[in-house]
Amino acid sequence: MKVDRRSFLSFVIGGAAGTALSPLPWKLMDDSSIWSQMWPWTPVPPDGEVVYEDSTCTLCPGGCGISVRKVDHRAVKIEGKKGHPVNDGGICILGLSGLQLLYGPTRIKSPMKRIGERGQGKWQKISWDEAMAILTEKLSDIRNKGEAHTVAAIAGTEGGTVPALLQRFMTAYGSPNFIRTPSHQDADELAVKTLFGASGRTGFDLENADYILSFGSGIVDGWGSPVRMFRASSLWKEKNVTVVQVEPRLSNSAAKATRWIPVNPGTEADLALGIAAVMIAQNMVDPGAVAGAGGWENQLLANYGTKKVSQVTGVDAGVILELAKGFAKANRPLALCGRGKGLVAESLRETAAVYALNALTGNINQEGGMWAIPEADYIRWPDVASDELASAGLAQPRLDGAGTGRYAGARHLLNRLADAVNGGGPYPLQALLVAGANPCYDLPDTRSVRMALERIPFIVSFSSFNDETAAMADLLLPDHVYLERYGDVPVGAGLAQQVIGLSKPVVSPQFNTRHLGETLIVAARTMGGATADAFPWDNYETCLEETLAEKWDALIEEGIWVEADIAPVADTVRLAVTDAPAVQAEGDVNSFPLLLIPYDSIRLSSGYIGDPPFMIKTVSGTVVKGKDGFIEINPQTASATGLSEGSVATLTTPRGEARVRVHLFEGIQPGVVAMARGLGHTAYDGYLAGKGVNVNELIGPVEDPSSGHDAAWGIRAKLAKA
Amino acid sequence: MSTLDKKAKEAMDDDTAHASGGGDNGAGGFIILFFIIGFAASMVLGWVVFPKLLYSQKQQPFSFNHALHVGEVDEGCESCHFFREDGSFSGIPKLAQCTDCHEEPMGETEDEAIFVEQYVAKEREVPWFSYSRQPDCVFFSHAAHVVGAKMDCVACHGHIGESERSRPYEYNRLTGYSRDIWGKNIAGFKNNSWDRMKMDDCAQCHKEAGIIHTSSVQTQRDACFVCHK
Ligand code: SF4
Repeated sequence: MKVDRRSFLSFVIGGAAGTALSPLPWKLMDDSSIWSQMWPWTPVPPDGEVVYEDSTCTLCPGGCGISVRKVDHRAVKIEGKKGHPVNDGGICILGLSGLQLLYGPTRIKSPMKRIGERGQGKWQKISWDEAMAILTEKLSDIRNKGEAHTVAAIAGTEGGTVPALLQRFMTAYGSPNFIRTPSHQDADELAVKTLFGASGRTGFDLENADYILSFGSGIVDGWGSPVRMFRASSLWKEKNVTVVQVEPRLSNSAAKATRWIPVNPGTEADLALGIAAVMIAQNMVDPGAVAGAGGWENQLLANYGTKKVSQVTGVDAGVILELAKGFAKANRPLALCGRGKGLVAESLRETAAVYALNALTGNINQEGGMWAIPEADYIRWPDVASDELASAGLAQPRLDGAGTGRYAGARHLLNRLADAVNGGGPYPLQALLVAGANPCYDLPDTRSVRMALERIPFIVSFSSFNDETAAMADLLLPDHVYLERYGDVPVGAGLAQQVIGLSKPVVSPQFNTRHLGETLIVAARTMGGATADAFPWDNYETCLEETLAEKWDALIEEGIWVEADIAPVADTVRLAVTDAPAVQAEGDVNSFPLLLIPYDSIRLSSGYIGDPPFMIKTVSGTVVKGKDGFIEINPQTASATGLSEGSVATLTTPRGEARVRVHLFEGIQPGVVAMARGLGHTAYDGYLAGKGVNVNELIGPVEDPSSGHDAAWGIRAKLAKA
Repeated sequence: MSTLDKKAKEAMDDDTAHASGGGDNGAGGFIILFFIIGFAASMVLGWVVFPKLLYSQKQQPFSFNHALHVGEVDEGCESCHFFREDGSFSGIPKLAQCTDCHEEPMGETEDEAIFVEQYVAKEREVPWFSYSRQPDCVFFSHAAHVVGAKMDCVACHGHIGESERSRPYEYNRLTGYSRDIWGKNIAGFKNNSWDRMKMDDCAQCHKEAGIIHTSSVQTQRDACFVCHK
């Protein structure tokens, strides 16, 4: 049999015919279309039972209620909790991105000890037992040498049982150095104490006010409780409430306001006092809530004449008069302060000036006005019985100087820590504990902060994330993130009520982390003696439940406790003559002709929480592009320096230098340079690290002469084409 | 004419003679034979070899006796495959449902031992393979079909409730989906409504119940988005 060409062709044709009559081509065609429509490598979320679990968000001081949507055991979405008194169903972009902090790559997954050089990033995973042994041995050693005061703790906040446990731990251990991260809360507390003569905080009945005069407060940029502020802002639009935004830069809040008053940076207090002077001069003052104002009024009339104020602030004299009239004549006027998100303390002079404005209108403790109320006071643990070592340690002065001498008015001065450690303090620091704070990124003049940390022989970070400070630590004892743990959340943030939220574990801990409260209780117990006696609880949950007492059941049930009927700390404001000078920007005008001011944005998380990937994606290309961070300058400033949109420039301040790109913006005065806060991280994940410039590297703290708080609102700078 | 041209012409004539003469029947037979060989080989390949290559088999973690369980419960299939409060369908039961009864081994079968030791004791979910999972592009609501249209489980799932052992799970190597979707029959023929669960099968039923399935104005039938969200 000869297989010739024709036989072969015939075989092929037969094969083709047979194939066509078999399912092979048709089935393959169908399968490949299914395959290509649903690539097997595309992740498909598993199906399951959908449940919602309520909790409280702790990513910022806002205290929003959240409902977390879960499919079986996985949290898949965070929504605002409907009916919640703070945010009623709303949520901000950070709260929405919270799951990326839970499941994302920035988590510290287990206790670790450093094995390489500091900051080199070489770690060894260890067990919790070993980690706790390292911690307690080190701390016991220092204490037994009678040097308990040389240990300091930095906490992100002071409210709630966890920071209170840390503070208690320090007290029982024998160190006066529990230091809270700076914020506008510092200035607020001091202003309330000074003006009302009692401890407390302010709260603002924003929803009922009908004229808002905001001195730089980022109403829609993250001030106060951000979601509440968005809602208030929309409500004002609906009710035609006049909103006046006094700010050197056209921020989103300024753009959304009824009127934007561009003011020379750092002169907000002058404008406030100028407005007050007009109100007094023109008899537009409600005398009810003000006491002993005679001297103060005379001083004001003498020093804050409209013409002078106009010169200092750059605001037209006519406009100052208009503002004074508008504010004084409104039914329920309300003035706000705390720049941007309120991340810097600000001077007492400025805060008191704005609060005085409120007092002059008679809105103190009134509907639509400013309230002075006590902090929620539910943590009532018995005093710590100090042993000899603790008493000796507590008798030592605080390293930051807060509470004594010229800093008598301040409670926490973290801005002074770097100086103290770098040689200016009364004693060297041997150990530092850091919880819920990221001083290596967050404090002004980060370079000297880092230098200070390099001098501290033993640093422990309780951070859940790979942040800049954790990178400098020797021991990492990672806390659960907020979605994995219990916690009470007393909300301040400008609410006129006392609100306590409860954070509940929404998912079980994803990694080998431990609740900070638990870590502290175990540490105290291991150290024994008086330290252990101060921590009688079996575990953190028992401590929380006992502390919240009658509120516990309600909190478990409702997730929130609201005390609406609170007696204000006082009804009258005492205005006394002060001679505090205005806080000036650091640097000399001749070498640094420009002014650099940081600004806040709701899309850039600031503080201890870094921007999650979703959020950084929403930041405009004129703020950060690729790795480059931008500054905003007026086209006039640009042409004077030979710069144009997108040019690369070198920005120099007395504290540092950075390579930046230029964005031209008419919404900023000539001579002023603005830079966003929240960029220029060196830690966290690849989505955030290395993008833009950290403005804290360029700016240094400036002490408020009346308190020692950091009141820097900017720094002098110069710009050169790179 | 050159010599070369002449030779070529002769050769051509030769060929023409062969072709037009048609006297060589043996060669024609061969051609048909080869056609048949090719045809038969490709048919075997397409009908027999190809399905074997295309599908792979996996065994379920252990065998489940539906018949036995249906006998024990009161509400038929819905006793275990129920609707949740929000109307979503629970599908394959979770371990927690089983442990209500199976905290300790019930009976002495090997499968029961595997279940209790490997899963109940270790609190691990059983990684069942689902025979009837639709591709990811399909949105299927059990509630609309079972509660709304009052369809019987058997209409789509056949008599699985009467099975005493779990049959092997066959899946398509290319798409990764269960063989039950295309159906056991490789040609796609079906005798029962549950033999196949492709789009045409959904469409057929939706067409039969025509009056309510007219979401597309153009076709007066159900629009694509009813199932493809
Ligand atoms: S405003 Fe603050 S508390 Fe509220 S959701 Fe956003 S981050 Fe969370």
